[in-house]
This record gives sequence, structure tokens and C-alpha cells, in this order.
Amino acid sequence: MQTSTATASFESPPIDAVGVEERVARLCSRSIKKDAKLQALHLTLSMIDLTTLEGADSEGKVRQLCAKALQLHAALPDLPHVAAVCVYPALVGVAKRALEGSGINVASVATSFPAGQAPIEIKLLEVRKAVEAGADEVDMVISRGRFLAGDFAYTSDEIASVKEACGEAHLKVILETGELGTLDAVRRASDLAMRSGADFIKTSTGKIKPAATMPVVLVMLEAIRDHYLRTGEKIGMKPAGGISTAKDAIRHLVMVRETLGQDWLDPDLYRFGASSLANDVLRQIVKQRSGIYQSFDDFSL
Amino acid sequence: MTDSTPSTGLTAPKLRLGIRDGSDDGWGYAPAPESTDHVELRDRYGLFIDGEFVDAGDGRTFETANPATEEKIADVALASDADVDAAVAAARRAYEEVWSQLAPRERGKYVYRIARVLQERGRELAITESLDGGKPIRESRDVDIPLAAAHFFYYAGWADKLDYAFPGRGARALGVAGQVIPWNFPLLMAAWKIAPAIAAGNTVVLKPAETTPLTALKLAEIIRDAGVPPGVVNIVTGAGETGAAVVQHDDVDKVAFTGSTEVGKLIRRALAGSGRHYTLELGGKAANLVFEDAAVDQAVEGIVNGIFFNQGHVCCAGSRLLVQESVADEVISKLKDRMETLIVGDPLDKNTDIGAINSRAQLDKIEEYLEIGEAEGAEPFQTSCPVPERGYWCRPTLFLHASQSHRVVQEEIFGPVLAVQTFRTVDEGIAMANNTPYGLSGGVWSDKGAKAFRVTSRIRAGVLWANTYNKFDPTAPFGGYKESGIGREGGLAGLHAYLQPEAAA
Repeated sequence: MQTSTATASFESPPIDAVGVEERVARLCSRSIKKDAKLQALHLTLSMIDLTTLEGADSEGKVRQLCAKALQLHAALPDLPHVAAVCVYPALVGVAKRALEGSGINVASVATSFPAGQAPIEIKLLEVRKAVEAGADEVDMVISRGRFLAGDFAYTSDEIASVKEACGEAHLKVILETGELGTLDAVRRASDLAMRSGADFIKTSTGKIKPAATMPVVLVMLEAIRDHYLRTGEKIGMKPAGGISTAKDAIRHLVMVRETLGQDWLDPDLYRFGASSLANDVLRQIVKQRSGIYQSFDDFSL
Repeated sequence: MTDSTPSTGLTAPKLRLGIRDGSDDGWGYAPAPESTDHVELRDRYGLFIDGEFVDAGDGRTFETANPATEEKIADVALASDADVDAAVAAARRAYEEVWSQLAPRERGKYVYRIARVLQERGRELAITESLDGGKPIRESRDVDIPLAAAHFFYYAGWADKLDYAFPGRGARALGVAGQVIPWNFPLLMAAWKIAPAIAAGNTVVLKPAETTPLTALKLAEIIRDAGVPPGVVNIVTGAGETGAAVVQHDDVDKVAFTGSTEVGKLIRRALAGSGRHYTLELGGKAANLVFEDAAVDQAVEGIVNGIFFNQGHVCCAGSRLLVQESVADEVISKLKDRMETLIVGDPLDKNTDIGAINSRAQLDKIEEYLEIGEAEGAEPFQTSCPVPERGYWCRPTLFLHASQSHRVVQEEIFGPVLAVQTFRTVDEGIAMANNTPYGLSGGVWSDKGAKAFRVTSRIRAGVLWANTYNKFDPTAPFGGYKESGIGREGGLAGLHAYLQPEAAA
């Protein structure tokens, strides 16, 4: 492998997993208290993609999720709203009607989520159908099989064609890092996705464990940073799966703050894909304001 | 930033990384100070001689202060030659009458007990260390105190196994050890010195540094409360004269010193021909070599750990960065970005990365080197982090385009100041790394395992890290080549330094 400067910009740098874990441990030692904590909790809420991706999802469940997105906690009317509601393509229309005029986006998974094991024509058709139904954002999965086999050109072309099919909709590219095996592969997939048209890169489908671990997210953030410094283009980041507590979310914000800086602490560039995170954050906000922890039953599903 | 600047003519992309606690720059971290409520500090500390705290014979004291506030913490007894005599006499008596007569297994029990109490009182010791010395609580809590306890645990295990440490040779204690330690890792250095010495069956007289005596005196309390027989460990406080009295004392069998090369040379001269054993652990000016095939982000993190750990008050600090020219721009640009996120300030704040410089005198020395470096033609870079008004502070600093002939490359600064140079070939990098009077430590960063081994074996230094830096473990020997000292501490080698061979029974 050549490592001269002439070719360096087309390759992904090596990643030392031990060093990454050490950096993560140091970031986790930051202590976020008082106003800084409250600010972080509000920020977290505004970055959530409230998600339901079950085979058993019903129109009723999606409407309920949208109602939650519109009003997170009736007792605290001054909270920010979440960034988006994320559903399967078949339920995009339901979500779109429920969120009309709210400023909350509808995101749809597509490309034969979660496995991505379908012909490209079908994937592209699914993307177009989701966008037609009103999806503002499309969360695609890469073909991990082709990527792991070393067919990077295929992966790149696939992302580029999905991007084209998205039209105006924003594209989030799910790498499914839990299936990639190494941090080197995570970095390579991140670089590939960003160069092929991703607006966001996203860790996981939420169907595979491990999902959004901190070392994986740090490597992706560093890839985004390097891409920005090289091109001036700001790519978004979405960890998804496994982030269920306010404490975890704040640790991720610290990591963003110290890797990408203040500009990325914005729902336009950072999202949490989560189903149960919102209520833990709400509970912490109530605790910060009143000094008392409420029962989880005091917060709506 | 040359190769990261886009060719579009737009302004170069810039990350907004600086962390403030105000709201002017977005989300910052509110102060998160560690509570000091439960830490009991006395106004006055005596010398610990023969199991008791006593005033200096002539009643003299000196002040120890908090370098972050410049406020006095306590008056500490200043030991005279007579006090050192008394301490050595107590150590001699304890050695002859008690410690050398005790079953090794019993000796080990005492050492284990000290280790356990260090852990139990870890939080209190960490806070005291940060108050007295200025190091960030994150480091005293996560590094200094746990490692100090680990040293006692490790050497406690050897106490009743000395026959197996050096098979076929046998070993017995040397007698009384006189030990002088520096201010950069006060409790940890005390542990490095005391644990192997007493586990091996010696008794000790230890002199902590004058700016940081408090944790050693708390250790004295712990040793007393652990029921260690009087006189086995004696702690005498004071400055250079007290230290000189300890190392030159006729009835001391072994001298262990950690500190400057300058003082180390004086000690070696004084001990020449005396027949006394000694180990000296002195200065350093370690090279951290980053090759073009290194994992760059992790290397940058290692550079930061190498030089900004403990404000750079580390004898094995990676104070010279040697980076291969093909990746130099990228490494330096990323290093500057990473440095912007380092928070300088209150050592007791859990988010502080770089605490207070240990003393006025040390700050003066560092500032002098900042002027020297600039006058020599190196290009300084400092971060924009705000620092408190009172106290002794130094922002993390780089000297770019430094040269081998510059004093900031040749001399130990002992502060958060990194000299940066580039090299083209592997051989050139190794030659530059070795071109120093010191040889304590070094670091190599490469994703190629074979290269890491080949390069580390060609660098003349006692401790070498590959793809990491400033990692310590009680089982690993530590010590230098050339002007960085003589002898090893830690591990089996560190035990050996407190023993002499005897014919196997």
C-alpha cells in the first residue's frame, strides 16, 4: 500500500483500535453539570429521530409516535421538538399527515432495510416511493456483503444512485458497523459514503448488536472532520441503536464537541436514532428543574 | 495547513473547538469542582521519625502553598542535619532490631496493609495531591493514586518470595535506604521508593520535595495507622540541604534519588568511593517519532499524552516531536486542533486537562525557555485557552521548526512545551532521536509492527513505547541511559536495587 502524499487523499488512514478506546475513555471522563447539562439535554431532544421500525408497526402506533414528537411532555411546554420521525416507507404517508406544518421531518428507511439484500432496481424504486409519499429524509443501508468482499466501486455506485433517486430528500447512509468487523472498515466505509453523496453517515439499523458504540462513532466523526477539512463540506452524523440514556447522549455530545466542534451541535448535522432515549432525557430535565426524579410512568410512550 | 486547504479560493475550513465555560462560544462545560469537604489538612506538619510526628529540633518550618491560588496550605517542619541524624538512627535501630528479624511473610502483610489503606483513602489523597502540587484531579485520581497503591501491592507480593526472585543466588536487604524524591509525582514517587525498599527488608529515610510534602506526610499517617513498626519508614521534610544530609549520611547503605541531572551528578560525586549503593533517576528529553504510516489521530492523542500529561512535569515526557515530513503538515494541524480542546485551569475541576505549574520557580524556568526558543528562531504556537488570574499557569505550547542545536531541543524544560522537528528517512529520525545527552524514554508511532520493533531497538533509551505513551506499571522496569540516570526502578529490577546477593543457603 502506497502512503505517499500524492495518493493519501484517496485512501483511508489506518486506525489504531487501542488508541481509539483510550481517547473515548478520556472523553467519557468529562463531567457535565448544572447549566451545561440542561443545555445538553435540550440539545439532545432537538436531535432525536424518534423511531419505530417493527414488522408490527400500525398506523395507530405511528400516529401516537407523531403525537409524542409534537408534544414530548405536556407538563413542560417550552421544550424543543425532535428533529424527525423515522418509519418504514409504507407508513410515511401516515406520519407526513400527522406532522403537517410542524417543522418535524419524516424520515424513511429504504433500500430493503435492514439487510439490504435486494436487487438495486427494487431498492431505487423503494426510495422513490418513499420520497413520493413525502419522506424528507431517506435512511439507506449499504450492501455490506459487497463492501466486505472488497467491491468498493459497487458500494460507491449504489450510494450515488440512491442519492440520485432521493431528489431533494436528504440521504443518510447506514454502514451497519456491527457487521463491518474492524474500525479500519468503519473508516473506509465512512469515507466511501461521504465521497459518494451521503448527507449523513449513520452507524446502524438498530437490528444488529453492537450498534452505536463510542469507538465506532468517534472514528466516523474523525472521518467527517477530515472530509470537511479537505473539502469544506459538512457531512452529518447519526448514531443509532444502543443510546438509551441521557448520560450516554451527553457523552456523545462531548465527543462531537471535541472532535468536530460547535458547528456540529445542531440537528441539521447531528441526530440520535433512538426509541427510548427521549423519555430518559425528559426525566433528567424534570430532575434538573425540580430536584426530583419522576416515575417512568409519568412520561408518555 | 497547506494540504488541507481547498483550492476553491474560499477561506480554509476551520473547526470551532475552543471550550469556554461561558456561552459566547456555544456549548461549554460548567465548572465541575471536586468537593474538598472531607479532606482534613492540618495547619502544621512535623517530621515523621521513629513512628511519631515531631517538630524540627530547632523549630524551623517552611510553607507549602497551593500553586493554583498561591495561598499557603500548611507550615511544615524543616529538618536539619541533626533531625536527619535522628531519622537515620531510628531507621538503623528498626532495621537491626525489628525489621530484619521479622518473618518475611509478616513484612509482606504490613506492605499489603499500606496498599489497601491507600486505596481506601484514594479520594482524599488525590485531592491533597492536586491541592499541594497543582496537577489535575483527573490525573491524581486516575493515575497517581491507583499506581501508588499498585506499587505497594506488587512489592508486597515479593516480600516472602525473595528466594525465588533471583533463583540460585539468594538475596538479603542492604540496610538503611536514604531516598529523595521530586515534586512531579509526590505520592507515586514515594511509593516507587518505599514499597520495594521495605518489602525487600530495608528501612528508609525519605525526603519529599519542599513544594509537595503533604501526600508523603499523609502516607506517614497511613504507615503509622497500619501499625508498621516505628523507624521502618521515616519522612523528613525540607529543601536541598535536607536532601543532601540524607544522601550523604554515613550510616545510609543505599541512596535512591529521582530528580534533576544536575543534582544527580553532585550525588554521584559525593558517593564515589564510599561503597554505598545508589540508583539515580534523572532528566530526559524524549523523542516521540511519528512515521508516515502511523494512525494519525491516535498518534496525535499520544503526542498530547506524551507532553501535556502532568503539565509536562514528567521526566519521561515526549518533549521532542519528530514527525516524518510527508505527514508533518497534517499531524501538526491536527495537533493544534486537539490542543484547542485542552482546558487549562483549576486542578480540582474534573474537566481540567492541564493544571497549575508546580511553583513560581518552575514557571519562571519555563517562561525563560519560551523566550529562549523564540530568540533561537523556533516558531511558537500557544492555544487560546483562558487561564485564571492568580496562580501559576502555562498554556500548552509548541515550538515549530526547531533544530537540533536549539536549547529548547537539547535541554529539559519540564513544562507543557513541545519542540517540533521533521525528518525524511527512518535513519535520520533515529539519529535525531539519539542526538541528546539524555536517554530515559521515547515513543514510536507506526502501523507497521516490524518497523516499530526495528526502530525501538535502535533508540538508546530505557523505556520505549510503541503506539502509546506514558504507560506505567509496577511490573515494568523504569530508568535511563546516559545522563538520564543509573539503575532501574520497578519490576524485578527495582527489587534487585534494594538487595545484595548472598551465597545460597
